[in-house]
Amino acid sequence: MAGAITVHTNEETSKRPQHINESALVRFVLIGIAMLFLGLVVLLPLASVFVEAFKKGVGVYIDSITEPDALSALKLTLIVALIAVPVNTIFGVAAAWAISKFRFRGKNILITLIDLPFAVSPVISGLIYVLLFGAQGFLGPWLDERGIQIIFAVPGIVLATVFVTVPFVARELIPLMQAQGVQEEEAAASLGAKGWQIFWKVTLPNIKWGLLYGVILCNARAMGEFGAVSVVSGHIRGETNTLPLHIEILYNEYQFSASFAVASLLVMLAVVTLIVKSIVEWKSAQQKPAAITE
Amino acid sequence: MKGSKSRNVLPGFGLSLGFTLFYLSIIVLIPLAAVFFKTAELSWAEFWSTVTNARVVASYRVSFLTAFFAGLVNAVFGLLIAWVLVRYKFPGKKIIDSLVDLPFALPTAVAGIALTAIYAPNGWVGSLLAPLGVKVAYSPIGITIALIFIGLPFVVRTVQPVLQDMEKETEEAAVMLGAYRLRTFWKVILPELMPALLTGFALAFARGIGEYGSVVFISGNMPLKTEITPLLIMTKLEQYDYAGATAIALVMLVVSFLMLLVINLLQWRMNRRTVSD
Amino acid sequence: MKKITHVRSAIILLALVLVLAACGQGGNNAGNKATNKPANESSTTNATASEEPAKEEPKPPVELLNVSYDPTRELYVAFNEAFSKHWKAETGQEVTIKQSHGGSGKQGRAVIDGLKADVVTLALGYDIDAIVEPGLIQADWQSKFEHNSSPYTSTIVFLVRKGNPKGIKDWNDLTKEKVEVITPNPKTSGGARWNYLAAWGYALKQNGNDEAKAQEFVAELFKHVPVLDSGARGSTTTFVERGIGDVLLAWENEAFLSINELGPDKFEIVYPSLSILAEPPVAVVDKVVDDRGTREVAEAYLKYLYTEEGQEIAAKNYYRPISETVAAKYTEQFKSLELLTIDKDFGGWKEAQTKHFADGGIFDKIYTPGS
Repeated sequence: MAGAITVHTNEETSKRPQHINESALVRFVLIGIAMLFLGLVVLLPLASVFVEAFKKGVGVYIDSITEPDALSALKLTLIVALIAVPVNTIFGVAAAWAISKFRFRGKNILITLIDLPFAVSPVISGLIYVLLFGAQGFLGPWLDERGIQIIFAVPGIVLATVFVTVPFVARELIPLMQAQGVQEEEAAASLGAKGWQIFWKVTLPNIKWGLLYGVILCNARAMGEFGAVSVVSGHIRGETNTLPLHIEILYNEYQFSASFAVASLLVMLAVVTLIVKSIVEWKSAQQKPAAITE
Repeated sequence: MKGSKSRNVLPGFGLSLGFTLFYLSIIVLIPLAAVFFKTAELSWAEFWSTVTNARVVASYRVSFLTAFFAGLVNAVFGLLIAWVLVRYKFPGKKIIDSLVDLPFALPTAVAGIALTAIYAPNGWVGSLLAPLGVKVAYSPIGITIALIFIGLPFVVRTVQPVLQDMEKETEEAAVMLGAYRLRTFWKVILPELMPALLTGFALAFARGIGEYGSVVFISGNMPLKTEITPLLIMTKLEQYDYAGATAIALVMLVVSFLMLLVINLLQWRMNRRTVSD
Repeated sequence: MKKITHVRSAIILLALVLVLAACGQGGNNAGNKATNKPANESSTTNATASEEPAKEEPKPPVELLNVSYDPTRELYVAFNEAFSKHWKAETGQEVTIKQSHGGSGKQGRAVIDGLKADVVTLALGYDIDAIVEPGLIQADWQSKFEHNSSPYTSTIVFLVRKGNPKGIKDWNDLTKEKVEVITPNPKTSGGARWNYLAAWGYALKQNGNDEAKAQEFVAELFKHVPVLDSGARGSTTTFVERGIGDVLLAWENEAFLSINELGPDKFEIVYPSLSILAEPPVAVVDKVVDDRGTREVAEAYLKYLYTEEGQEIAAKNYYRPISETVAAKYTEQFKSLELLTIDKDFGGWKEAQTKHFADGGIFDKIYTPGS
């Protein structure tokens, strides 16, 4: 199945016959290597963020995340995510519906285009909006005459974030909906259900966990995007700085502890969303047997 | 593009595809087209000399090689992690599973700063390696490590579902036929995983070529040695050379697009094969 | 059916959000303009009125955006506060100054691309000249304020580890064996260009103006550079936090700042025999202040840098003041040394830029020998 990130259902595979499973020793070694690798590559940097954040004590930590500039950066980050995520969610559902339920030519190219923002350098993602909306850009003079400011203001930051997070929901849903096929929807249609009814009553319940996971990842990325946003932000303190940019500024002001404190805030936001995801998955696993007995 | 035969029972084709195309055009295509238009301000000769300049070529090499190795490492360890997460039960599995997504969420600059702090000669890991003469930060190894961090979730999240869905029967049959476990892996499991693994590798690779935020901190930015292509684009911009910057950007864009297209075609062929089965 | 309307309204809402996102700022700006209009009118009437000192009506609060480069954050935090107070006392008008900092070239580019800066205070004249090109700033900006529009100066010094273990005294010590030099990349950092030019000037002087020799020296110097960060602050972090290198080529003000902020007991400053006079210039962005009606306050803001208090603040933030009376108070802090200037010794920024830093220039050549 195609999919950069794909939902993982909770089917326990450990119930396989004993003779297919590896011996305990092999299992132990493999788990060990996997943990070691994750520890070295992912956990260690995270741990260092927290260690640095608390280096100067809890007081500095709290001060740095409640300082006005930090709060305004947090606010801007939340606003940006609040716009970018719903927009991309609607897009993701529409794109997945078109791609998975119908056949048409050029589907591969369409999927490739949806994937493209994954592979485009963040530097370029920012640059393209400067080329379009910058004062020297293609639309710049026209916008300027009308007093519309896109880059170096909130709309530009939103656009860059939307660009970067385009694929997340769509990529999550496409393989899932492809695997589910169209039988259920067709059955509903033959029973006389209308379009939105089919979607709302048949499709959505089937994809809701995948959708949620896509939304969570999309949100995490939207809040954490640095490169593209840095190009279009203008870095005005307290106005166009998002959290990742605020972190960079603090770091450049030699306020290392404060910068890591704010970074840890982002990590925690991510961790919280991931915990929510786990809970949701666990609940969905519990619901399944219940649904069967209904 | 029109919905061809069958499957016409379902409504919403026009609306959903129309919206998809409209949205993609506004958000992705038109902005990316700006790169083409801006580059068109250069003559062919100027374009060619910009994108084949010695430093630029050296930066392609750095970017491609480090992204390639990072992709390879991620393919191997990502497969291992997916394998462990799908097939074994162990305490803390849920946490480990969530951990895999964190590189998506951490701002790249924070990742870069944190990794540099750890792998610099006076960092936690760097200080252990320095006496052995191994230099991680400010060398291609450092860039590779940053890219491994960035790319890991792509591989794990691509391989995991396939591994989960893999037909146990095929595997079981192979074991029944007396194939050894390792041979089962090589002959049965791996070939089936290959497309997913390749996709994951290619996505991690493509992401790695373009990565900027995390790499600039750890790379040391030495011309010809550890200077990455996105940094050169930034350098051109700092010198007010927009056309030059977009020329290099264009090369990167085309490469990314072709790479993704190849992956998707590959997958499409795999899907077709399973359908025709 | 209820759900269907639900979906529809959701979609309509979304469309609204999109439109709002696109226009929200436009609306904002319109709002700004509306509030600025009276300010504009009153400022023009006031301009005539102020010739004959008359009592002025307190004007509505005004906002300025100062787009600056990295090392001036602390300076302008202090200066903005002082100016706000001064302006309030003088005219009764509230003024808030917003700050934006980043690499000098990046900031210049942002202004060109539409960042609405009322004033720019950048690292080199070259970056302001770049803003002149699209017509945002008048070509004669350098004559608008005293002293080439540079209200403070600085120079390039060496920051070494405490006790100067490698015995670094002058530029030629930098190319000694096993000495590691930290400097940012001249192609991306304004400060690094001053570093490079100071080294070049030193080598020229040592070798009787032999450019080939100077190039050799600079090439050798950059062989001793293990990390080329993209900005001045990045280099300082590499040197101070990561512990890499024996000497950091830095702005004098950055060197002082890092000693005070990061460890008085860990580093010391070495003055080379010869350095370069760095003149970070300031300018009013004509197009923006005329559009926004903020010219009067923007000009007063930059002029205030030249007053006793402005100069005092600059000196306290380790910038060399140009006012002689203030400079006299700080002779202890700022050691006098022989300084080259960009105009006399390098023929101005334009020439220096094309010769040394443009693509294919000398800096590129020292890294790609065959070309």
